[in-house]
Amino acid sequence: MEPLLAIVVGFLFAFSIYLLLRRNLVRVVIGVIILSNAVNLLFFTVSRIDRGIPPLIPAGEYVPVGDIANPLPQALILTAIVIGFGLLAFSLVLTYRAYKELGTIDVDEMREAEPRPQLKKEGK
Amino acid sequence: MAILLSVVVIFLVALAAPFLNKLFKGAAGWVLSLVPLSIFAYFISLIPLVSAGEVIKESHVWVSYLGINMSFYVDGLSLLFALIITGVGTFILIYGGGYLHGHHQIGRFYLSVLLFMGSMLGVVLADNIISMFVFWELTSISSYLLIGFNHEKEDSRKAALQALLVTGSGGLAMLAGAIILVQITGTMEMSEMLNATGVAESPLYLGMLILILAGCFTKSAQFPFHFWLPGAMAAPTPVSAYLHSATMVKAGVYLMARLNPVIGGTEIWFYTLTSFGAATMIIGAWLALCHTDLKRVLAYSTVMALGTLTMLIGMGHEYAMKAAAVFLLGHSMYKGALFMVAGSIDHEAGTRDVRMLGGLRKLMPYTATFAAIAALSMAGVAPMLGFIGKELVYEAALSVHAFPLVLITIAVVANIAIVASCGIVAIRPFYGEQKETPKHAHEAPISMWLGPAFLSVFSLVFGVLPFLIDQSIISKASAAIGGTPDLVFSLSLWHGINAALILSIVTFLSGVGVYFIWDKIRDGAGLQGFGKLFGQVPEKGYDHLLSGMLSFAGIQTRFFQNGNLRYYLITILGLTIALFGFTLFTQSGTVIPTDFSSIYAYEWVLALVIVTSAFVALRAESGLVAIAALGVMGYSIALIYVLFSAPDLAITQVLVETLTVILVALVLIHIPKAKMQVKPSSKLRDGIIAGSVGLLVTLILFAVLDLEFDPYMSEFFAENSYVIAKGRNIVNVILVDFRALDTLGEIVVIGVAGIGIYGLIKLGKSVLKKEEA
Repeated sequence: MEPLLAIVVGFLFAFSIYLLLRRNLVRVVIGVIILSNAVNLLFFTVSRIDRGIPPLIPAGEYVPVGDIANPLPQALILTAIVIGFGLLAFSLVLTYRAYKELGTIDVDEMREAEPRPQLKKEGK
Repeated sequence: MAILLSVVVIFLVALAAPFLNKLFKGAAGWVLSLVPLSIFAYFISLIPLVSAGEVIKESHVWVSYLGINMSFYVDGLSLLFALIITGVGTFILIYGGGYLHGHHQIGRFYLSVLLFMGSMLGVVLADNIISMFVFWELTSISSYLLIGFNHEKEDSRKAALQALLVTGSGGLAMLAGAIILVQITGTMEMSEMLNATGVAESPLYLGMLILILAGCFTKSAQFPFHFWLPGAMAAPTPVSAYLHSATMVKAGVYLMARLNPVIGGTEIWFYTLTSFGAATMIIGAWLALCHTDLKRVLAYSTVMALGTLTMLIGMGHEYAMKAAAVFLLGHSMYKGALFMVAGSIDHEAGTRDVRMLGGLRKLMPYTATFAAIAALSMAGVAPMLGFIGKELVYEAALSVHAFPLVLITIAVVANIAIVASCGIVAIRPFYGEQKETPKHAHEAPISMWLGPAFLSVFSLVFGVLPFLIDQSIISKASAAIGGTPDLVFSLSLWHGINAALILSIVTFLSGVGVYFIWDKIRDGAGLQGFGKLFGQVPEKGYDHLLSGMLSFAGIQTRFFQNGNLRYYLITILGLTIALFGFTLFTQSGTVIPTDFSSIYAYEWVLALVIVTSAFVALRAESGLVAIAALGVMGYSIALIYVLFSAPDLAITQVLVETLTVILVALVLIHIPKAKMQVKPSSKLRDGIIAGSVGLLVTLILFAVLDLEFDPYMSEFFAENSYVIAKGRNIVNVILVDFRALDTLGEIVVIGVAGIGIYGLIKLGKSVLKKEEA
């Protein structure tokens, strides 16, 4: 299954990067959503996956019985999903606020912090 | 300990100088001069030891793990330099006290000059080449401070920066060269490098030589880097007399002399040093005649002297070593004196322009007398020390193994101009018809003629009685330059009637001739064209280089930091693709898996659904379609987690996905649909970048999956989850127990994001619009 997921992850990366390069801020945010899913899936894939053996210790036992799925990446991905949601929520609201303030969602028009370079000569 | 102390004391006094200046007022120069004077006396006391053939070494641990020691080494060469530095330095402090009397920043002058003195002493005494470099750079920095002493003037600031950039970049090159030299010889101590063999045969030799000479040539103002030295005349005259004629500019000469036994003696060394030296010599000498500013005339004649020394060191034979040591001492004495005289004239008469000066002899009798004596030494007239020096230079040029005729011609032609400059500096202002000067001139105070008096009179004494210095110190200095410790010789004024003497007479007479027609030729096309070509063109080159660098930086900044988010991303992604792709293809190679047989049909379907829904989200024109597609994608990924043994992830994913869809829908309602025109070419470009990233990620994943998996950490958690942390869901135990602090951090992040979101929605109505209104 890992090779197939590797290909899926590749597609998700490609789509999200393409969206991140759009002028429309809403599409950039959609890119962020896809990207955070892609990264989670990437991490899931590299730590090897197995069907039907969740990392649980049966009642009455001290250690797992038989093979179990790798628990560590799951713990890390769980954190990542939640953090990713925090990031998404914040960027969504930031997009909304930026639209309210600037009246545009075109990233090329948002030049308050870095105005267009002045091409006049230095000094003198 | 004593040598370290002599350097450290100067630095300490430098720091105290501004306070001592407040304490002693006008007498501060005299008081401070006791410091170099006593160190001068200490070095005098070392002469018997050194002339007996001993070298005094001293080493203190500094940066032990890098092998850098604060080690010192006194032989004939460093002793000669140390005596010049402290000896001239004594008079400079006295002179500076008079010259800058009443200046509101004289305390800073004392501080910087003493700082320089300590650094320069460190350069010539240091044995460890890295320590030497540190002192070397300190001289550049103190020189910068001193040239920019009159910092209100733009010219001063520009000249100071120019000198710093030229000598500083040369210094960096020299550091690289020094490190290569350490690699070749296996030691950082210059005294031990003398024993190294095979330096010239090393494949690194040429590169090392170029780098070290870049440092020496810039520091010692060799053509075409000579232009910073006349610029440095913006400094107060005591500084010019000290740094820019007697001492600092000789640091490059010193290093070449010091390393001559180690890296010299090759054909390339000979041709590089003699050709640069000879060119600098003749160009400097004649550029002096293009100017009427006394200090500029002297500055260019200093350039000539530095060229002479470089040429002599390059020649490499015994005469040249002798000549270098004598000429070095002679030049430091007469040039120091003449600079001080020029400063006195400027100070008393209010101008340094020789066209406005004349007949000052009656008003300034002492200054005039000592100027004349020093000038005789500079012109190389018997029985001055300068005469012996010039004779030796001629003899050295005549006995060189290649192109003796070329070198002697250059030497004679250069010296003719020097004789004329002597007249310009020491005769014209004092003799002839008395002219009206901006200030009413009168004799300078004793502090300002004492230095010229000592330096010029001793130029005479050493010339008449050369046995005072020849075997005790000059022989040993020459021996150190040549790397021939047993060299001993005597100096004398009279060598019989030989080629050198005849050339000297020819030089003097032609020089006098040039002096008398100077007024006519000075503004002529020949000399002015010469001045433009060799004086201004190199400086213009520097200016263009500097402004070119600035505008290049501007273009580069505008290119990389153009404020456009997408270009930033493209830059980052492009670099990522290039670097990762390069590493992947060259280092590990690509792996393409072929075995897809263990994948169930519904898993293929699930994978297809994820990719398709993501693609729909990408293509969606309307927000609602995008939200729906994203939902499908998220729930499908949750299904993957379910199928592959990650129930906790699946639960979280479903929760978050639901929240995401609601949130996106809520926000998108308020933002209207916008169609933005994008050129098809940039769509193609973005597609290529995105596709490359995707492909690269997949290939990297393939490569990683091909590797052995190390389950060490996972096994630890599996075994200890219940035993230590009493939990049966291992993922939960990791989150809330083993890595609880991480989880706490995560909660904080979510909390902060929540506060931020609240702030964005509720607070501060409209910052930007308020500003506009």
